[in-house]
Amino acid sequence: MAVANPPAGTTGGSSGKATGGGFSWAALFFMGPAALLLVVLLIFPTFYSLALSFNRGRGGQFSEWVGFDNYVRLFTADPNFLRLGFPPSGALWNNVLWLIFYTSLCVLLGLIIAVMATRVRYEALIKAIVFLPMAIAATAIAIIWRFVYFPSSETGLLNALLGIGGVGPVAFLGSPDTVNWALIVVGVWGSVGFATVILSAAIKGISSEVLEAARVDGANETQIFWRIIVPMVSLPISVVAVTLIVNVIKLFDLIYVMTNGGPGTSSRVIAFAMYQEAFPAGRFGYGAAIAVVMLLMLIPIIIFNVRRFRTEAVQQ
Amino acid sequence: MTAIQDTTVRAQPRTLSERITRAISKSPVHIILGLIGLVWLVPTLGLFITSFRPSADMRATGWWNVLVEPRFTTSNYERVIEAEGMGQAFLNSLFITVPSTLAPLVIASMAAFALAWVKFPFRDTIFLFIVALLMIPVQIGFIPLVNMFRPTGLLQNYGALWIAHTAFALPFGIFLLRNFFITLPKDLIEAARIDGASNWGIFRTIVIPLSVPAIAAYGIFQFLWVWNDLLMALVYAQRNAIQPMTVRVTQLLGTYASEWSLLAAAAFLIMIVPLIVFLSLQRYFVQGLLAGSVK
Repeated sequence: MAVANPPAGTTGGSSGKATGGGFSWAALFFMGPAALLLVVLLIFPTFYSLALSFNRGRGGQFSEWVGFDNYVRLFTADPNFLRLGFPPSGALWNNVLWLIFYTSLCVLLGLIIAVMATRVRYEALIKAIVFLPMAIAATAIAIIWRFVYFPSSETGLLNALLGIGGVGPVAFLGSPDTVNWALIVVGVWGSVGFATVILSAAIKGISSEVLEAARVDGANETQIFWRIIVPMVSLPISVVAVTLIVNVIKLFDLIYVMTNGGPGTSSRVIAFAMYQEAFPAGRFGYGAAIAVVMLLMLIPIIIFNVRRFRTEAVQQ
Repeated sequence: MTAIQDTTVRAQPRTLSERITRAISKSPVHIILGLIGLVWLVPTLGLFITSFRPSADMRATGWWNVLVEPRFTTSNYERVIEAEGMGQAFLNSLFITVPSTLAPLVIASMAAFALAWVKFPFRDTIFLFIVALLMIPVQIGFIPLVNMFRPTGLLQNYGALWIAHTAFALPFGIFLLRNFFITLPKDLIEAARIDGASNWGIFRTIVIPLSVPAIAAYGIFQFLWVWNDLLMALVYAQRNAIQPMTVRVTQLLGTYASEWSLLAAAAFLIMIVPLIVFLSLQRYFVQGLLAGSVK
């Protein structure tokens, strides 16, 4: 790694006691601890997991080379991971559902709340209320919502409300048909505050003259929303969407606590499958292959980020 | 904020009928925002109330019945803290979180300083490489790091979690702090160099004091990240006595799946510290979370 051993080079700094003498040591002194940790704990494990994903990986060790077997099995022979059919199912498919509905609902609700909030006096309050779940552990959010969904007309809030309409208690988390939707609702509840705060800041950057001009020209509020506000904050929307997509790929805690992937395996997601296969089940090569798939899914986002910051870094 | 509101408030209504028309035309906004406020508050409020209800009441009626039969107790908290081990788990969360926040704060600040103000070959390439490392999922490290830590005994104390949390926090911290440090006035740092200040002196007496908002934002973000983490703790804390609250609560869920008074009290023990941070340091907190939007 170039990071670990920066060659003697140009530096703007004079030598200091703490830098250990010669000026070329300054970079090493300041970068050294971080470089060491990154190489040993991030970069080496990446290659280790990559290699292990082509192995049976019995006991977490390299036991038997299996080529692409783990990957082939993941995508063709593991209905818990991906089952193509009608309707499709499996962890990867659930991630697709999350990707589509969680991301779009968060962005849409975030935009609507941000726009509406600018028109009332209690803007700061409503934004704080919606933002609050961002502070709470997913574990706690999961308990809050397991209680809301609790299948009893007496003590479960949602079923008590349905009971008023004469609908019997529904086990939202107990049926493969409803469980993923019930979980996505909780995910949206937890993340809308993030979208609201970022988009609200962006919306405030829109010149009031533009909005006034549209109003004078007779545009109604719906037209202003879709034709002016949404296009003008499209860049912040894409930043929010990318963050939410990363959340989806890394989603674990909420699933683990709310359903443990169930009923059966119907609410598993990819990060859950990785944990489940590697640790309780002890299929380490297989788990490593899932981790590598996660990394591959994140690579487009890595490229997006590096492109975004390359220009800026080169200017320095 | 007030400036923004001014732009949306148009000419003041003059007559009563105008005022009524305005109120009605705005009422859908109030109704929708009111409903949103309820949906975001009521679930948490319900659990909060439940954490103070006697469990016999909790089993018989919904928490909203406290309006007609207000009976409260702190026994749920006493029971989870003492008998169910949430007290020890609370301390564990603290022991895990404080070093896992301070270590990356120091290490990332130093690296960010080098990347911003010390010239060395391939510096910008290395920075871009660290930006790329931002997206490495923690799952990539699970198997190799568990193998690495197992012979050392670090999985049986807080060590493995400290190290893993620190390492996986670095790319984001370096990224965030380097981008902040680079905005500090160049003249100030050059002047200090001419006066003979060492890199360490510049780092300690100029860069750090001027960067308190960014460092605070990163510190709060990392503190909450570790405090709220479940997944890393499941993997790297392999002894009951060292597990944080998030793990302990999942074990309680297995034992008491519908003992909501207990679970509610346990959930609020997890939430109390982040809520205090949120309410007291809201500005840094929001900055930290917004800056975290690249993680």
